[in-house]
Amino acid sequence: MKRRATLFSKIWDRHVVAQKAEQPAVLYIDQHFLHEVTSPQAFDLLRKRGLPLRRPDRTLATMDHSIPTTEDRLRIIDSAASAQLEQLERNCDEFGIRLLSIDSKEGGIVHVIGPEMGLTQPGMTIVCGDSHTSTHGAFGALAFGIGTSEVAHVLATQCLLQSKPKTFEVRLDGKLKPGVTAKDLILKLIAKIGVQGGVGHVIEYRGSAIHALGMEARMTICNMSIEAGARAGMIAPDDTTFAYLADREFAPEKDLWEAAVEDWRQLPSDDDAEFDRSVTLDANRMEPMITYGTNPSMAITIGEPVPHPDEIKDAGKRAVAEKALTYMDIPPGAPLLGRKIDVVFIGSCTNSRISDLREAARIMTDRRVAEGVRVLVVPGSKTVKRQAEEEGLHRIFTDAGAEWRGSGCSMCIAMNGDQLSPGEYAISTSNRNFEGRQGPGGRTFLASPLSAAAAAVTGVITDSRTMN
Amino acid sequence: MEPITTISSHAVPLLMDDIDTDQIIPARYLKTTSKNGLGEALFADWRYSVDGAPYPEFALNQPSASGARILIAQNNFGCGSSREHAPWSLQDWGFEAVIALSFADIFRSNALKNGLLPIAVDAPFFDDLLRTISRDPFAQISINLSNQLVSIEGGQRTKFHIDPFARECLLKGIDQLDYLLSLDEEISTYEVTHE
Repeated sequence: MKRRATLFSKIWDRHVVAQKAEQPAVLYIDQHFLHEVTSPQAFDLLRKRGLPLRRPDRTLATMDHSIPTTEDRLRIIDSAASAQLEQLERNCDEFGIRLLSIDSKEGGIVHVIGPEMGLTQPGMTIVCGDSHTSTHGAFGALAFGIGTSEVAHVLATQCLLQSKPKTFEVRLDGKLKPGVTAKDLILKLIAKIGVQGGVGHVIEYRGSAIHALGMEARMTICNMSIEAGARAGMIAPDDTTFAYLADREFAPEKDLWEAAVEDWRQLPSDDDAEFDRSVTLDANRMEPMITYGTNPSMAITIGEPVPHPDEIKDAGKRAVAEKALTYMDIPPGAPLLGRKIDVVFIGSCTNSRISDLREAARIMTDRRVAEGVRVLVVPGSKTVKRQAEEEGLHRIFTDAGAEWRGSGCSMCIAMNGDQLSPGEYAISTSNRNFEGRQGPGGRTFLASPLSAAAAAVTGVITDSRTMN
Repeated sequence: MEPITTISSHAVPLLMDDIDTDQIIPARYLKTTSKNGLGEALFADWRYSVDGAPYPEFALNQPSASGARILIAQNNFGCGSSREHAPWSLQDWGFEAVIALSFADIFRSNALKNGLLPIAVDAPFFDDLLRTISRDPFAQISINLSNQLVSIEGGQRTKFHIDPFARECLLKGIDQLDYLLSLDEEISTYEVTHE
């Protein structure tokens, strides 16, 4: 291995199958995840061309985007979604792909189940037709989203054509204060560098504050790397990573385990590694964050007033901010604390794992959901759901008056009937607050599970640290 | 794939930064199992109100939008979700190219795979372009993929950057999948030495 190599370049170099001058590299893909929305046209292409699936053993499919989360209505009402899910079943059957269908005991959101099953491992290249594939970078993997044409490329050849991105170091030293979470960290970063700050780059998150985090928190951070425009987000593997992976279903076993860990220990960036760009943040100074606008970079600390678009120098970004405040119907300079919300969504591939649910449950214990507020708690997978129920978290949620749902993408993307009505305000632990993302005319505040749970019981945007 | 050489058309301006793919095609339209007919869904929530009435002031609803094959946007066009339905819906509506100050990575890659040209230009040319079309919404713009030039009728022209490999494939009508399939031996060698 060359000295001065980054985590990214070590993984990249190991996976180049061919590289001709003036051309993108041909990169081998270790693990390919599929779901129902971005795969049908890819399978059609393989069928039309008479091409087999090259590596069924490196392919796993799940149903997550359009599936209902209601217990008593497993029958999908939407005929288009139903057809798409059936199509995935037929495709997986025809091409010999393991599918975690709606009935599977291990099913759930694609970026929750991969790590849970130990399929996501350090040093791998991992892709899926979904931009939040960056989540898996938390394990020291090179993981990124691809389009449906590229899904077909990977199905047929297990490879992708990729131009080598640049590297971007984000250093976080210090220690997070109580009540400040990984979600707040990543919202702060995106606010700082903007929605195109990471374009053309793979971000590596480094520093003591990052390595003090557990795997689920690391996944939250890597998950939202795409919202800063980055190609991928990665965190070097360490003992926390290895402890998480040990004994998982697909983790290397017994004698292979020691060799794998030894190999993974070589992956972190060299001490003298150089990055194309570098930004440092101080974790000590972080506060809970919340978005106020219509892209994830429009975020402030929860106690601040909404900024005046006039203060934005760039005319293009100023226009976007003005449009956003009109859409959200929030005046410049207004505080967000105390603002009424209609819906709380605790879920999504960003924040629906057991640690997220525990945090929300902590706030909601012995409290009731505020009058007029609808609260949906959607665990990220069947496994997360089972564990939450073993811990009694579901009773905390239902006793409070929240809805405890089955797993799926649900209200993050609002494809399954879980959605906002026009004009409704939601505080959501998901990753996108674009206009209409959670339903046409729906208005989204993105925040951490702690902030979402606090708003659920007060009925207004609340700093969870002010609750005892 | 049909080879692409030139595109000549008037353009529709959508002068906003950070236009995300949820605006280009809302998620409720992603339940299709085909690539076709998505032009209806293009900018659906900006084009039509919840009850289906068109917003008269939206760029695509202007009479001058009819027949345009070029869309003009600003910075970071196509950010957000990786949905390839975004270029599919742009193409189904009739667009063959998007001229912008910058593009999001995944969108750019998806667009190139489908022969929807993402043409990034610098600010001075962009300003010239806007000046011209605000005077004349039907001003012709030409994009030449072979010599990488974009020109405004009666005005400036500029060279645009495009990934050289993607350009070769588009000029020759080569599907990138075919290129990958031709490397079967190299891929097998890789698999044998790495597993």
